[in-house]
Amino acid sequence: MKLKFSNIIQVLGFMILRLCMICVLLILVVIFYDIITKGIGVVSWEFITKPPVDGMTKGGIYPAIIGTFFITMITAILSVPLGMGCAIFLNEYARDNGLTRFIRMSIRNLSGVPSIVYGLFGVALFVEGCHFGTSILAAGCTLGLMTLPLTITASEEALKTVPRAYREGSLALGATKWQSIWTNVLPYAVPGMLTGTILGLSRAAGETAPILFTGAAFFLPDVPNSVFSQFMALPYHLYIMSTQHHNISLVRPIAYGTALVLIILIFAMNSIAIITRYHLRKKGIAHG
Amino acid sequence: MNRRIKEKIIEGFFFLNGIIVILILAGIFILLLKNSIPAFREVSLQHFLSRPIWNPDAYEQPMYGLLPMLVSSFMVTLGSLIVAVPLGIGTAAYLSDVASPRVREIAKPVVEILAGIPSVVIGFLGIVLLGPFISKMTGTYNGLNALNGSILLAVMALPTVISLSEDALTSVPRSYEEASLALGANKWQTVIRVKIPAAASGVLAACMLGMGRAIGETMTVLMATGNAAAFPTSFLGSVKTMTATIAIELGEVAYYTTHFHMLFAVGLILFIITFIINLISDIIFHKHTRMR
Repeated sequence: MKLKFSNIIQVLGFMILRLCMICVLLILVVIFYDIITKGIGVVSWEFITKPPVDGMTKGGIYPAIIGTFFITMITAILSVPLGMGCAIFLNEYARDNGLTRFIRMSIRNLSGVPSIVYGLFGVALFVEGCHFGTSILAAGCTLGLMTLPLTITASEEALKTVPRAYREGSLALGATKWQSIWTNVLPYAVPGMLTGTILGLSRAAGETAPILFTGAAFFLPDVPNSVFSQFMALPYHLYIMSTQHHNISLVRPIAYGTALVLIILIFAMNSIAIITRYHLRKKGIAHG
Repeated sequence: MNRRIKEKIIEGFFFLNGIIVILILAGIFILLLKNSIPAFREVSLQHFLSRPIWNPDAYEQPMYGLLPMLVSSFMVTLGSLIVAVPLGIGTAAYLSDVASPRVREIAKPVVEILAGIPSVVIGFLGIVLLGPFISKMTGTYNGLNALNGSILLAVMALPTVISLSEDALTSVPRSYEEASLALGANKWQTVIRVKIPAAASGVLAACMLGMGRAIGETMTVLMATGNAAAFPTSFLGSVKTMTATIAIELGEVAYYTTHFHMLFAVGLILFIITFIINLISDIIFHKHTRMR
């Protein structure tokens, strides 16, 4: 091949594109390298099972882990059934009309609402309006509404993978619409729905802005004992430890440890979802 | 027909379930509006929209000017787009047209992982990693400024820009590419002159969504931009965005005061801005898919 000017440009151009990719990769590597190398020395069994002591300069982050667990549970209880129901409506019942398009537009818009606005909404609706006070319940509900668009989208994806023939076969045998959904669609879609939902929940677990005013507490000596108590949460704890603590440089290692635990938690949830999804897909190809 | 009634009831139940998302969206708007209105009994709307000072704790007359934080928000968002858009589109083009299938298999999860990192962790790294670096490079005090916030927001917006731009690029019909190659263009010319222009509206929608993400992002800017309330002057100065103002002040303010309601008004403005951005990207995106 002749060495043409346009070919030199091509080589250079592709090199630039490759550099872009490497740059993105590098960002991720730097993030993980920094947090893992500086956090790993702090994380120990004591760190994840003991509460903070001495004005949060020593000890662990146990109450924050438990708090994050609790609000994620409330989030799931609210967001999963609502999201699945909405997805069933959209994929099984809704006709392609103006209302359906409006619902879909609302979902896309909800997923773009800033998290701090959800925080304000949570204050107005759950903390003040429903008199939940600043509590696990209020924060969990706020996060539940925030993750709803993700749950709906994930559930609908799962419903779409069930072949039409499954529904038609059942309808042809005289089953009603709901009977065919219940016996022939949901059993195949629910595992996929749940894995997608876990991805949404992992995002909720890492959110800080919506829980700032709906129930997260600076420091609590004990784990919460009801849904109406305040709580400590991992992301909020990291925020406190890196900006609000009276001796920030002293508690920096604890902040790194908290960041590492938070990242591990979120990626554990993500990996579970991704691995299950992978296996489901393989199974789907086998019998579809 | 008992069976038919039961079916109707079930269908009605799911219908109500589907309507909920509209109710939530409307509910957010109504509650924000309801909680903002009392603020304007004491402060005029004109004051809110035109005064260049936000100082609710002023001794003589509290000032509730939106402008400083509005400008701050747009400044860091613009900064983040300057970084995220070229980098994101470049990466998307690499993934869709240059990378081998194996590289793509590795790179896709990388983008997903980046999207999964909580904003508070990114903000933390802005304090401990990027801040000191910027401080050393530019000689500013602690490196917590608009530049820092912009770079972090770019990291937050990148996954959105990359994955949606890549979708747009891969959805360009193969015949376009083949026609271009058959006419003697090389692969680079095809990518730059045919594929990217053909996917332009999808890529634009991706960038708009990335912008929506960036402008509404709270924790990263709260932690990394220094939060000085003054009117922003340069990228090396500290800024306080709309999101950060709400996050800081709602925790300190007494409920149902003018200041409290003002923060809801800021939230309302933020909601409207992101709503418009999302709507525009939605319209662009749908034009794009209808063309196929």
